Amino acid sequence: MSRAALLVFALAMPAVAQDRVTGFEQMSEDLQAMQNDPVANPGLFWLLDGETLWSEDPGTGAESCEGCHGDASDSMAAVAASYPAWDEESSRPVDLAGRINLCRTRHQDTGPFERESAELLSLSAYVTHQSKGMPITPDDDPRLARWRERGEALFSTRMGQLNLSCAQCHDTLAGGHLGSALIPEAHPTGYPQYRLEWETMGSLARRFDNCFFGVRAEPFGAGSEAYLSLELFLKSRAAGLLMESPAIRP
Amino acid sequence: MSALVNVPESAAPGEIVDIKVLLQHPMETGFRTGPDGKLVPRNIIHSLRCLYLGEEVFAAELFPAVTANPFFAFTLVAEMTGQVEILWVDDSEEEHRETRTLTVG
Repeated sequence: MSRAALLVFALAMPAVAQDRVTGFEQMSEDLQAMQNDPVANPGLFWLLDGETLWSEDPGTGAESCEGCHGDASDSMAAVAASYPAWDEESSRPVDLAGRINLCRTRHQDTGPFERESAELLSLSAYVTHQSKGMPITPDDDPRLARWRERGEALFSTRMGQLNLSCAQCHDTLAGGHLGSALIPEAHPTGYPQYRLEWETMGSLARRFDNCFFGVRAEPFGAGSEAYLSLELFLKSRAAGLLMESPAIRP
Repeated sequence: MSALVNVPESAAPGEIVDIKVLLQHPMETGFRTGPDGKLVPRNIIHSLRCLYLGEEVFAAELFPAVTANPFFAFTLVAEMTGQVEILWVDDSEEEHRETRTLTVG
């Protein structure tokens, strides 16, 4: 085989074939055991609350989540693994938490939950749990492509007073250390997830906020176009990796 | 606030059984400031006890350095069928209780 042909072959290799390491695999054995133990995993509290909210009457005469969607283990299976998805009505992508809030305003005649509220995290965690162990399969809607490209561009854009891009740490220096903390490859396999540092459940947007704060940049905020683009890109970068729920991170 | 209490449903006489307790609690230390700049009042679980057949078999005293949502794991010797009670008190001084039945035999 000629050298040119080899090059073409190498370029044609799907991204999935690359060796990627999830945050779970980089955790200590003790923390992995904590995540896998159905009694020791504190994320369960949010799951249980989410399960309650799923079937709770919104009090406006409209159906509960369960009233329309039925059993979540059927209707919500693999849903979180494909989010963010395109929303026809607003002609833009929405993340899972955004979709839950849209459902509340459009179909339940009630207001959206506040971002990072216990209710929204619980419901998101419960819906995400229905994708546990399933591979991340990004939505192939062509309208999302432009957003993904924007996310990819953002990922390698230097930002903040420290003038760092996401890619500098999470691609180039992944596996190294920042202080005592291990730099992960930034695969969003388990959000919303319980971070021991936060001592609570938190969304991917909160994680983004942390990173932006870390490089002394102004965070864009949950639900912003920038975060949606980044999430779309990260999910396509993590395509094929298995969803975790409820995930624990240090 | 809720609790996940894991007691095996059954055990052989004399068997050593694992009891696992995960409590949902903020364990607010009393040293942190809130968004208004004022100290957030301390609110921690300060004691936890386990009674088996009405007798105290495990007790713990907790302090502000303990994490939110604390997890406890300990063992007891199964003697006869009876109640395993977990009791805990936080700074509201209200006693919370969860009870499970351990069947021995």
